[in-house]
Amino acid sequence: MSGSEVVILGAGMHPWGKWGRNFVEYGVVAARTALADAGLEWTDVGFLAAGNTMRNGYPGYVSGSTFAQALGWRGVRVSSSFAACASGAVAIDQARAQIQAGRCDVALVVGADTAPKGFFGPLPGVRPEDPDWLRFHILGATNPTYFGLYARRRMEAYGATAKDFSAVKVKNSRHGLTNPNARYRKEFGYDEIEASPVVADPLRLVDICATSDGAASLVLASAEFAATRADRDRHVRIAAISTVTPQYPNTYLDMPDIGTDSAVGVALPGRTFRDSIAAAAYEEAGVGPSDLSLAEVYDLSTALELDWYENIGLCGEGEAEALLHSGATTLGGTVPVNPSGGLACFGEAIPAQAIAQVCELTWQLRGEAGERQVDGARVGLSINQGLFGHGSCVITTK
Amino acid sequence: MSKPHVPVVEGYFTEEGGAKLLGGRCAQCGAFFFPKQYSFCRNPACGAPDLADVELSTRGTLWSFTDNRYAPPPPYPATEPFEPYGVAAVELDVEKMVVLGQVARGVDVSGLHAGQAMELVVEPLYESDEAVHTVWKWRPVA
Repeated sequence: MSGSEVVILGAGMHPWGKWGRNFVEYGVVAARTALADAGLEWTDVGFLAAGNTMRNGYPGYVSGSTFAQALGWRGVRVSSSFAACASGAVAIDQARAQIQAGRCDVALVVGADTAPKGFFGPLPGVRPEDPDWLRFHILGATNPTYFGLYARRRMEAYGATAKDFSAVKVKNSRHGLTNPNARYRKEFGYDEIEASPVVADPLRLVDICATSDGAASLVLASAEFAATRADRDRHVRIAAISTVTPQYPNTYLDMPDIGTDSAVGVALPGRTFRDSIAAAAYEEAGVGPSDLSLAEVYDLSTALELDWYENIGLCGEGEAEALLHSGATTLGGTVPVNPSGGLACFGEAIPAQAIAQVCELTWQLRGEAGERQVDGARVGLSINQGLFGHGSCVITTK
Repeated sequence: MSKPHVPVVEGYFTEEGGAKLLGGRCAQCGAFFFPKQYSFCRNPACGAPDLADVELSTRGTLWSFTDNRYAPPPPYPATEPFEPYGVAAVELDVEKMVVLGQVARGVDVSGLHAGQAMELVVEPLYESDEAVHTVWKWRPVA
Protein backbone atom coordinates (compact mmCIF):
# COMPACT_ATOMS: atom_id res chain seq x y z
CA MET A 1 0.00 0.00 0.00
CA SER A 2 3.02 2.28 0.22
CA GLY A 3 3.16 5.12 -2.29
CA SER A 4 6.06 7.05 -3.75
CA GLU A 5 8.09 9.33 -1.53
CA VAL A 6 6.86 12.85 -0.79
CA VAL A 7 9.16 15.56 0.49
CA ILE A 8 8.59 18.77 2.49
CA LEU A 9 10.29 21.63 0.63
CA GLY A 10 8.88 24.56 2.58
CA ALA A 11 7.26 25.43 5.90
CA GLY A 12 5.78 28.72 7.05
CA MET A 13 3.45 30.23 9.61
CA HIS A 14 1.64 33.38 10.47
CA PRO A 15 2.37 33.86 14.19
CA TRP A 16 -0.37 32.79 16.64
CA GLY A 17 -2.25 35.50 18.53
CA LYS A 18 -5.65 37.09 18.91
CA TRP A 19 -6.35 39.91 16.50
CA GLY A 20 -9.73 39.03 15.03
CA ARG A 21 -8.67 39.73 11.44
CA ASN A 22 -9.95 37.72 8.46
CA PHE A 23 -8.46 34.20 8.59
CA VAL A 24 -7.62 34.45 4.88
CA GLU A 25 -5.05 37.15 5.65
CA TYR A 26 -3.23 34.85 8.05
CA GLY A 27 -3.35 31.91 5.62
CA VAL A 28 -1.90 33.89 2.75
CA VAL A 29 1.00 35.10 4.92
CA ALA A 30 1.73 31.49 5.95
CA ALA A 31 1.47 30.22 2.35
CA ARG A 32 3.77 32.90 0.98
CA THR A 33 6.25 32.27 3.80
CA ALA A 34 6.26 28.52 3.06
CA LEU A 35 6.66 29.11 -0.68
CA ALA A 36 9.56 31.53 -0.06
CA ASP A 37 11.10 28.96 2.30
CA ALA A 38 10.91 26.42 -0.55
CA GLY A 39 12.29 28.92 -3.08
CA LEU A 40 9.14 28.48 -5.15
CA GLU A 41 6.28 30.66 -6.41
CA TRP A 42 2.51 30.20 -6.26
CA THR A 43 2.75 29.64 -10.05
CA ASP A 44 4.79 26.46 -9.36
CA VAL A 45 1.94 24.92 -7.33
CA GLY A 46 -0.19 22.23 -8.98
CA PHE A 47 -2.63 21.48 -6.16
CA LEU A 48 -3.85 23.33 -3.07
CA ALA A 49 -5.13 21.43 -0.04
CA ALA A 50 -6.64 23.48 2.78
CA GLY A 51 -8.17 22.83 6.19
CA ASN A 52 -11.62 24.27 6.85
CA THR A 53 -12.70 26.56 9.65
CA MET A 54 -16.27 26.32 10.97
CA ARG A 55 -16.49 29.75 12.56
CA ASN A 56 -15.78 32.13 9.69
CA GLY A 57 -18.74 31.73 7.38
CA TYR A 58 -18.89 30.12 3.96
CA PRO A 59 -15.29 30.96 2.94
CA GLY A 60 -14.20 28.73 5.82
CA TYR A 61 -16.14 25.73 4.43
CA VAL A 62 -14.49 26.10 1.00
CA SER A 63 -11.03 26.93 2.27
CA GLY A 64 -9.28 25.45 -0.77
CA SER A 65 -10.91 27.82 -3.23
CA THR A 66 -10.82 30.67 -0.70
CA PHE A 67 -7.02 30.50 -0.61
CA ALA A 68 -6.75 29.81 -4.37
CA GLN A 69 -8.70 33.02 -5.00
CA ALA A 70 -6.71 34.98 -2.44
CA LEU A 71 -3.38 33.86 -3.90
CA GLY A 72 -4.75 34.60 -7.39
CA TRP A 73 -6.99 32.35 -9.53
CA ARG A 74 -4.92 30.23 -11.87
CA GLY A 75 -7.04 27.14 -12.37
CA VAL A 76 -5.36 25.07 -9.66
CA ARG A 77 -7.42 22.16 -8.32
CA VAL A 78 -8.19 22.29 -4.64
CA SER A 79 -9.49 20.30 -1.68
CA SER A 80 -11.15 21.66 1.46
CA SER A 81 -10.95 19.26 4.40
CA PHE A 82 -12.64 19.30 7.75
CA ALA A 83 -11.72 16.83 10.47
CA ALA A 84 -11.89 19.18 13.47
CA CYS A 85 -8.44 19.40 15.12
CA ALA A 86 -7.19 16.80 12.64
CA SER A 87 -8.16 18.90 9.59
CA GLY A 88 -4.56 19.89 8.87
CA ALA A 89 -3.36 16.29 8.75
CA VAL A 90 -6.15 15.36 6.35
CA ALA A 91 -5.15 18.31 4.14
CA ILE A 92 -1.50 17.15 4.17
CA ASP A 93 -2.72 13.66 3.28
CA GLN A 94 -4.80 15.04 0.38
CA ALA A 95 -1.78 16.90 -0.97
CA ARG A 96 0.44 13.86 -0.62
CA ALA A 97 -2.07 11.63 -2.39
CA GLN A 98 -2.26 14.00 -5.37
CA ILE A 99 1.55 13.94 -5.66
CA GLN A 100 1.68 10.15 -5.24
CA ALA A 101 -0.98 9.74 -7.92
CA GLY A 102 1.26 11.68 -10.29
CA ARG A 103 -1.29 14.47 -10.71
CA CYS A 104 1.13 17.23 -9.67
CA ASP A 105 4.76 17.77 -8.67
CA VAL A 106 4.22 20.48 -6.08
CA ALA A 107 1.29 20.89 -3.68
CA LEU A 108 0.56 23.63 -1.17
CA VAL A 109 -1.11 22.93 2.19
CA VAL A 110 -2.75 25.78 4.14
CA GLY A 111 -4.71 26.01 7.38
CA ALA A 112 -5.79 29.23 9.08
CA ASP A 113 -8.28 30.27 11.72
CA THR A 114 -9.76 33.25 13.47
CA ALA A 115 -11.10 32.02 16.79
CA PRO A 116 -13.80 33.49 18.99
CA LYS A 117 -13.08 34.36 22.65
CA GLY A 118 -13.82 31.94 25.47
CA PHE A 119 -15.34 28.46 25.30
CA PHE A 120 -15.98 27.02 21.87
CA GLY A 121 -19.73 26.50 21.50
CA PRO A 122 -21.62 24.50 18.88
CA LEU A 123 -22.82 26.01 15.63
CA PRO A 124 -26.05 28.03 16.01
CA GLY A 125 -29.52 26.53 15.72
CA VAL A 126 -31.50 23.85 17.53
CA ARG A 127 -30.31 20.37 16.53
CA PRO A 128 -31.05 17.63 19.08
CA GLU A 129 -29.76 15.04 16.58
CA ASP A 130 -26.29 16.67 16.56
CA PRO A 131 -24.18 15.25 19.43
CA ASP A 132 -22.11 18.45 19.51
CA TRP A 133 -25.22 20.59 20.05
CA LEU A 134 -26.69 18.09 22.50
CA ARG A 135 -23.67 17.90 24.82
CA PHE A 136 -23.74 21.66 25.26
CA HIS A 137 -27.50 21.91 25.68
CA ILE A 138 -28.22 19.15 28.17
CA LEU A 139 -24.88 18.79 29.95
CA GLY A 140 -23.00 22.02 29.41
CA ALA A 141 -20.14 19.68 28.51
CA THR A 142 -17.53 22.06 27.07
CA ASN A 143 -14.19 20.86 25.73
CA PRO A 144 -12.54 21.65 29.11
CA THR A 145 -15.20 19.45 30.78
CA TYR A 146 -13.87 16.47 28.81
CA PHE A 147 -10.26 17.53 29.52
CA GLY A 148 -11.18 17.59 33.21
CA LEU A 149 -12.59 14.06 33.01
CA TYR A 150 -9.43 12.76 31.31
CA ALA A 151 -7.17 14.52 33.82
CA ARG A 152 -9.14 13.23 36.82
CA ARG A 153 -8.97 9.73 35.30
CA ARG A 154 -5.14 9.90 35.37
CA MET A 155 -5.30 10.87 39.03
CA GLU A 156 -7.75 8.10 39.92
CA ALA A 157 -6.12 5.36 37.82
CA TYR A 158 -2.42 6.18 38.19
CA GLY A 159 -2.13 8.49 41.17
CA ALA A 160 -1.20 11.55 39.12
CA THR A 161 -1.34 14.89 40.93
CA ALA A 162 -2.20 18.44 39.93
CA LYS A 163 1.50 19.20 40.42
CA ASP A 164 2.38 16.65 37.73
CA PHE A 165 0.12 18.53 35.34
CA SER A 166 1.73 21.82 36.36
CA ALA A 167 5.13 20.34 35.51
CA VAL A 168 3.97 19.95 31.89
CA LYS A 169 3.06 23.64 31.81
CA VAL A 170 6.38 24.65 33.34
CA LYS A 171 8.24 22.58 30.71
CA ASN A 172 6.27 23.76 27.69
CA SER A 173 6.34 27.42 28.75
CA ARG A 174 10.15 27.18 28.82
CA HIS A 175 10.28 25.42 25.44
CA GLY A 176 8.25 28.08 23.68
CA LEU A 177 9.98 31.05 25.27
CA THR A 178 11.97 31.98 22.15
CA ASN A 179 9.62 30.62 19.49
CA PRO A 180 8.82 33.62 17.27
CA ASN A 181 5.50 32.08 16.17
CA ALA A 182 4.21 31.34 19.68
CA ARG A 183 1.45 33.51 21.16
CA TYR A 184 2.52 33.11 24.79
CA ARG A 185 6.23 33.56 25.44
CA LYS A 186 6.27 33.67 29.20
CA GLU A 187 7.79 31.31 31.72
CA PHE A 188 5.37 29.81 34.26
CA GLY A 189 6.36 28.72 37.76
CA TYR A 190 4.42 26.45 40.12
CA ASP A 191 3.18 29.31 42.34
CA GLU A 192 1.66 31.17 39.42
CA ILE A 193 -0.01 28.01 38.11
CA GLU A 194 -1.48 27.23 41.53
CA ALA A 195 -2.89 30.76 41.70
CA SER A 196 -4.76 30.22 38.43
CA PRO A 197 -8.50 29.54 38.88
CA VAL A 198 -9.88 26.00 38.48
CA VAL A 199 -12.04 25.75 35.35
CA ALA A 200 -12.86 22.03 35.31
CA ASP A 201 -11.52 20.17 38.32
CA PRO A 202 -8.61 19.35 38.50
CA LEU A 203 -7.58 21.62 35.64
CA ARG A 204 -6.79 25.29 36.07
CA LEU A 205 -7.14 27.97 33.44
CA VAL A 206 -3.44 27.76 32.58
CA ASP A 207 -3.64 23.96 32.21
CA ILE A 208 -6.05 24.40 29.30
CA CYS A 209 -5.06 25.71 25.89
CA ALA A 210 -6.49 28.98 24.66
CA THR A 211 -8.24 29.49 21.32
CA SER A 212 -6.06 31.45 18.92
CA ASP A 213 -5.78 33.05 15.52
CA GLY A 214 -2.96 31.66 13.40
CA ALA A 215 -1.95 29.95 10.18
CA ALA A 216 0.50 27.33 8.97
CA SER A 217 1.51 26.12 5.55
CA LEU A 218 3.67 23.46 3.93
CA VAL A 219 5.01 22.99 0.41
CA LEU A 220 5.17 19.32 -0.59
CA ALA A 221 6.76 17.84 -3.69
CA SER A 222 7.51 14.54 -5.35
CA ALA A 223 10.94 13.05 -4.71
CA GLU A 224 11.71 13.47 -8.43
CA PHE A 225 10.96 17.19 -8.30
CA ALA A 226 12.82 17.57 -5.00
CA ALA A 227 15.90 15.96 -6.53
CA THR A 228 16.13 18.85 -9.02
CA ARG A 229 16.38 21.44 -6.23
CA ALA A 230 19.63 22.96 -4.99
CA ASP A 231 18.70 22.88 -1.26
CA ARG A 232 18.36 19.11 -0.98
CA ASP A 233 20.10 18.99 2.40
CA ARG A 234 17.13 20.91 3.86
CA HIS A 235 14.52 18.46 2.58
CA VAL A 236 12.51 16.39 5.03
CA ARG A 237 10.70 13.16 4.10
CA ILE A 238 7.11 12.42 5.02
CA ALA A 239 7.47 8.82 6.21
CA ALA A 240 3.86 8.33 7.30
CA ILE A 241 0.49 10.02 7.67
CA SER A 242 -2.14 8.32 9.80
CA THR A 243 -5.70 9.63 9.60
CA VAL A 244 -7.40 6.55 11.07
CA THR A 245 -10.85 6.49 12.70
CA PRO A 246 -11.76 4.35 15.74
CA GLN A 247 -12.45 0.61 15.75
CA TYR A 248 -15.84 -0.61 17.03
CA PRO A 249 -16.51 -0.78 19.89
CA ASN A 250 -14.89 2.47 20.96
CA THR A 251 -15.50 2.35 24.70
CA TYR A 252 -13.46 5.48 25.52
CA LEU A 253 -15.54 8.63 25.98
CA ASP A 254 -14.36 10.87 23.13
CA MET A 255 -15.62 14.38 22.40
CA PRO A 256 -18.42 15.18 21.67
CA ASP A 257 -20.12 11.93 22.71
CA ILE A 258 -22.36 11.52 25.75
CA GLY A 259 -22.32 7.73 25.43
CA THR A 260 -19.63 5.32 24.21
CA ASP A 261 -20.10 2.16 22.18
CA SER A 262 -21.18 -0.90 24.17
CA ALA A 263 -18.71 -3.74 24.69
CA VAL A 264 -21.49 -6.30 24.96
CA GLY A 265 -21.17 -9.28 22.66
CA VAL A 266 -18.02 -8.19 20.82
CA ALA A 267 -14.29 -8.39 21.39
CA LEU A 268 -12.57 -5.10 22.24
CA PRO A 269 -10.13 -3.86 19.59
CA GLY A 270 -6.50 -4.69 20.26
CA ARG A 271 -5.69 -1.02 20.80
CA THR A 272 -7.50 2.06 22.08
CA PHE A 273 -8.29 4.66 19.43
CA ARG A 274 -5.50 7.00 20.52
CA ASP A 275 -2.99 4.14 20.57
CA SER A 276 -4.11 3.09 17.10
CA ILE A 277 -3.45 6.56 15.62
CA ALA A 278 0.28 6.30 16.35
CA ALA A 279 0.47 2.56 15.63
CA ALA A 280 -0.74 3.07 12.05
CA ALA A 281 1.91 5.74 11.49
CA TYR A 282 4.71 3.64 13.01
CA GLU A 283 3.70 0.73 10.79
CA GLU A 284 3.75 2.84 7.63
CA ALA A 285 7.06 4.53 8.50
CA GLY A 286 8.76 1.33 9.62
CA VAL A 287 9.98 3.01 12.81
CA GLY A 288 9.06 2.71 16.47
CA PRO A 289 8.94 4.92 19.56
CA SER A 290 12.62 4.32 20.34
CA ASP A 291 13.55 5.86 16.98
CA LEU A 292 11.97 9.23 17.76
CA SER A 293 14.19 12.28 18.20
CA LEU A 294 11.22 14.43 19.23
CA ALA A 295 7.44 14.57 19.26
CA GLU A 296 4.85 17.30 18.94
CA VAL A 297 1.73 16.13 20.76
CA TYR A 298 -1.65 17.82 21.16
CA ASP A 299 -1.57 19.31 24.65
CA LEU A 300 -5.15 20.63 24.71
CA SER A 301 -4.55 20.27 28.42
CA THR A 302 -1.38 19.65 30.40
CA ALA A 303 -2.73 16.26 31.54
CA LEU A 304 -3.51 15.24 27.97
CA GLU A 305 0.18 15.58 27.05
CA LEU A 306 0.86 12.81 29.56
CA ASP A 307 -1.78 10.57 27.94
CA TRP A 308 -0.05 11.05 24.59
CA TYR A 309 3.33 9.85 26.00
CA GLU A 310 1.65 6.50 26.55
CA ASN A 311 -0.37 6.55 23.32
CA ILE A 312 2.79 7.03 21.21
CA GLY A 313 4.68 4.39 23.17
CA LEU A 314 7.26 6.55 24.94
CA CYS A 315 6.35 4.66 28.13
CA GLY A 316 3.83 2.19 29.47
CA GLU A 317 0.37 2.97 30.81
CA GLY A 318 0.54 5.03 33.99
CA GLU A 319 4.26 5.78 33.56
CA ALA A 320 4.02 9.20 31.90
CA GLU A 321 4.46 11.21 35.09
CA ALA A 322 7.71 9.37 35.86
CA LEU A 323 8.91 9.91 32.28
CA LEU A 324 8.13 13.63 32.54
CA HIS A 325 9.97 14.02 35.85
CA SER A 326 12.99 12.09 34.50
CA GLY A 327 13.56 15.02 32.14
CA ALA A 328 13.40 12.77 29.06
CA THR A 329 10.71 14.89 27.42
CA THR A 330 12.37 18.23 28.22
CA LEU A 331 14.70 19.89 25.71
CA GLY A 332 18.08 18.24 26.29
CA GLY A 333 16.40 14.95 27.22
CA THR A 334 16.26 11.76 25.16
CA VAL A 335 12.99 12.57 23.39
CA PRO A 336 11.86 16.18 23.84
CA VAL A 337 8.09 16.58 23.58
CA ASN A 338 6.62 19.83 22.29
CA PRO A 339 9.91 21.66 21.78
CA SER A 340 7.80 24.32 20.01
CA GLY A 341 6.07 25.04 23.31
CA GLY A 342 2.99 23.16 22.13
CA LEU A 343 -0.55 24.40 22.50
CA ALA A 344 0.44 25.75 25.91
CA CYS A 345 2.37 28.49 24.10
CA PHE A 346 0.35 28.66 20.88
CA GLY A 347 -3.27 28.15 21.82
CA GLU A 348 -5.35 26.31 19.29
CA ALA A 349 -6.02 27.54 15.74
CA ILE A 350 -7.96 24.46 14.70
CA PRO A 351 -7.30 23.88 10.97
CA ALA A 352 -3.74 25.20 11.25
CA GLN A 353 -2.62 23.21 14.26
CA ALA A 354 -1.71 19.84 12.75
CA ILE A 355 0.13 21.68 9.95
CA ALA A 356 1.96 23.80 12.52
CA GLN A 357 3.10 20.62 14.27
CA VAL A 358 4.66 19.41 11.01
CA CYS A 359 6.29 22.83 10.43
CA GLU A 360 8.04 22.35 13.78
CA LEU A 361 9.16 18.82 12.82
CA THR A 362 10.52 20.24 9.55
CA TRP A 363 12.55 22.98 11.23
CA GLN A 364 13.83 20.56 13.86
CA LEU A 365 14.95 17.96 11.32
CA ARG A 366 16.66 20.64 9.23
CA GLY A 367 18.47 21.94 12.33
CA GLU A 368 16.85 25.38 11.94
CA ALA A 369 14.94 25.53 15.24
CA GLY A 370 17.33 27.96 16.96
CA GLU A 371 17.38 27.92 20.76
CA ARG A 372 14.78 25.16 20.92
CA GLN A 373 16.75 22.87 18.57
CA VAL A 374 16.79 19.16 19.43
CA ASP A 375 20.36 18.05 18.80
CA GLY A 376 20.78 15.68 15.87
CA ALA A 377 17.04 15.34 15.20
CA ARG A 378 16.43 12.62 12.59
CA VAL A 379 12.91 11.31 13.20
CA GLY A 380 9.94 13.40 14.35
CA LEU A 381 6.35 12.50 15.16
CA SER A 382 3.33 14.77 15.46
CA ILE A 383 -0.01 13.57 16.75
CA ASN A 384 -3.47 14.87 17.50
CA GLN A 385 -7.10 13.86 17.56
CA GLY A 386 -10.10 15.67 16.13
CA LEU A 387 -13.51 15.31 17.69
CA PHE A 388 -15.98 12.96 15.97
CA GLY A 389 -13.29 10.27 15.62
CA HIS A 390 -10.45 11.79 13.63
CA GLY A 391 -6.89 10.55 14.09
CA SER A 392 -3.90 12.58 12.97
CA CYS A 393 -0.29 11.48 13.09
CA VAL A 394 2.61 12.42 10.84
CA ILE A 395 6.13 10.95 10.96
CA THR A 396 8.95 12.81 9.23
CA THR A 397 12.51 11.62 8.69
CA LYS A 398 15.72 13.23 7.50
CA MET B 1 -50.59 24.86 40.11
CA SER B 2 -47.26 23.15 39.61
CA LYS B 3 -45.70 23.11 36.19
CA PRO B 4 -45.46 19.88 34.21
CA HIS B 5 -42.11 18.07 34.03
CA VAL B 6 -40.87 17.80 30.44
CA PRO B 7 -37.67 16.01 29.34
CA VAL B 8 -35.15 18.46 27.89
CA VAL B 9 -34.83 16.12 24.89
CA GLU B 10 -37.48 13.70 23.70
CA GLY B 11 -36.83 9.96 23.83
CA TYR B 12 -33.58 9.88 25.83
CA PHE B 13 -34.91 9.11 29.31
CA THR B 14 -38.04 8.80 31.37
CA GLU B 15 -38.96 9.32 35.00
CA GLU B 16 -42.15 7.31 34.86
CA GLY B 17 -41.74 4.35 37.17
CA GLY B 18 -38.30 5.58 38.20
CA ALA B 19 -35.48 7.29 36.30
CA LYS B 20 -34.33 5.32 33.27
CA LEU B 21 -32.25 6.02 30.17
CA LEU B 22 -33.89 4.98 26.90
CA GLY B 23 -31.58 3.36 24.36
CA GLY B 24 -31.56 0.91 21.51
CA ARG B 25 -30.61 -2.76 21.42
CA CYS B 26 -29.74 -4.86 18.40
CA ALA B 27 -31.77 -8.08 18.29
CA GLN B 28 -29.07 -9.80 16.25
CA CYS B 29 -25.76 -9.00 18.00
CA GLY B 30 -27.05 -7.71 21.34
CA ALA B 31 -25.22 -4.37 21.19
CA PHE B 32 -26.65 -1.42 23.14
CA PHE B 33 -26.72 2.16 21.92
CA PHE B 34 -27.21 5.37 23.85
CA PRO B 35 -28.41 7.69 22.58
CA LYS B 36 -30.26 5.47 20.13
CA GLN B 37 -29.44 8.06 17.43
CA TYR B 38 -30.11 5.79 14.41
CA SER B 39 -32.62 3.06 13.56
CA PHE B 40 -29.91 0.51 12.66
CA CYS B 41 -27.01 -1.35 14.33
CA ARG B 42 -23.54 0.25 14.12
CA ASN B 43 -21.58 -2.95 14.85
CA PRO B 44 -19.63 -3.40 11.57
CA ALA B 45 -19.88 -7.18 11.92
CA CYS B 46 -23.68 -6.94 12.20
CA GLY B 47 -25.40 -3.93 10.65
CA ALA B 48 -28.89 -5.21 11.38
CA PRO B 49 -31.59 -2.84 10.10
CA ASP B 50 -33.56 -2.49 13.35
CA LEU B 51 -32.92 -1.66 16.96
CA ALA B 52 -35.40 -2.42 19.71
CA ASP B 53 -36.29 0.33 22.19
CA VAL B 54 -34.95 -0.65 25.61
CA GLU B 55 -34.58 0.82 29.07
CA LEU B 56 -30.95 0.77 30.18
CA SER B 57 -29.73 -0.29 33.59
CA THR B 58 -29.82 2.46 36.17
CA ARG B 59 -26.58 1.64 37.95
CA GLY B 60 -22.96 1.80 37.01
CA THR B 61 -19.39 2.41 38.11
CA LEU B 62 -17.84 5.88 38.19
CA TRP B 63 -15.10 6.13 35.53
CA SER B 64 -14.19 9.77 36.05
CA PHE B 65 -15.66 13.10 37.09
CA THR B 66 -15.06 16.84 36.93
CA ASP B 67 -17.01 20.02 37.40
CA ASN B 68 -17.95 23.16 35.49
CA ARG B 69 -16.85 26.17 37.51
CA TYR B 70 -17.91 28.67 34.84
CA ALA B 71 -21.17 28.95 32.91
CA PRO B 72 -21.03 26.96 29.67
CA PRO B 73 -21.95 28.92 26.52
CA PRO B 74 -25.41 28.66 24.89
CA PRO B 75 -27.28 26.49 24.13
CA TYR B 76 -26.67 25.50 27.77
CA PRO B 77 -29.55 27.04 29.73
CA ALA B 78 -27.35 28.56 32.44
CA THR B 79 -29.16 30.25 35.30
CA GLU B 80 -28.13 33.53 36.95
CA PRO B 81 -26.26 33.49 39.21
CA PHE B 82 -24.40 30.48 37.84
CA GLU B 83 -23.86 27.65 40.28
CA PRO B 84 -20.97 25.26 39.52
CA TYR B 85 -22.02 21.63 39.07
CA GLY B 86 -20.37 18.26 38.67
CA VAL B 87 -20.16 16.06 35.58
CA ALA B 88 -19.68 12.29 35.85
CA ALA B 89 -18.79 9.55 33.35
CA VAL B 90 -20.32 6.28 34.50
CA GLU B 91 -19.82 2.80 33.02
CA LEU B 92 -23.15 0.95 33.00
CA ASP B 93 -22.72 -2.47 34.59
CA VAL B 94 -24.91 -4.42 32.15
CA GLU B 95 -24.44 -2.49 28.91
CA LYS B 96 -20.65 -2.00 29.30
CA MET B 97 -20.77 1.53 27.96
CA VAL B 98 -19.87 4.88 29.51
CA VAL B 99 -22.63 7.48 29.78
CA LEU B 100 -21.97 11.10 30.69
CA GLY B 101 -24.30 13.03 32.95
CA GLN B 102 -24.43 15.91 35.37
CA VAL B 103 -23.89 15.05 39.01
CA ALA B 104 -27.08 15.35 41.06
CA ARG B 105 -27.64 18.53 43.06
CA GLY B 106 -26.14 18.62 46.50
CA VAL B 107 -23.40 16.06 45.76
CA ASP B 108 -19.91 17.31 46.60
CA VAL B 109 -17.70 16.33 43.66
CA SER B 110 -14.58 16.38 45.84
CA GLY B 111 -16.02 13.39 47.74
CA LEU B 112 -16.29 11.18 44.64
CA HIS B 113 -13.81 8.49 43.62
CA ALA B 114 -13.48 6.34 40.51
CA GLY B 115 -14.88 2.86 40.94
CA GLN B 116 -17.74 3.82 43.24
CA ALA B 117 -21.32 2.77 42.49
CA MET B 118 -23.56 5.42 40.93
CA GLU B 119 -27.26 5.50 40.16
CA LEU B 120 -29.46 7.42 37.76
CA VAL B 121 -31.85 10.16 38.82
CA VAL B 122 -33.94 12.68 36.90
CA GLU B 123 -33.79 16.30 38.07
CA PRO B 124 -34.74 19.74 36.79
CA LEU B 125 -32.26 21.34 34.38
CA TYR B 126 -34.08 24.65 34.01
CA GLU B 127 -37.53 26.16 34.30
CA SER B 128 -39.45 28.04 31.62
CA ASP B 129 -42.84 29.78 31.91
CA GLU B 130 -44.55 26.60 30.75
CA ALA B 131 -42.60 23.73 32.28
CA VAL B 132 -39.82 22.30 34.37
CA HIS B 133 -37.34 20.87 31.86
CA THR B 134 -35.66 17.76 33.24
CA VAL B 135 -32.48 15.81 32.51
CA TRP B 136 -30.83 12.63 33.79
CA LYS B 137 -28.08 12.92 36.37
CA TRP B 138 -25.79 10.63 38.37
CA ARG B 139 -25.54 10.36 42.13
CA PRO B 140 -23.57 8.05 44.39
CA VAL B 141 -25.47 4.97 45.59
CA ALA B 142 -26.26 5.64 49.24
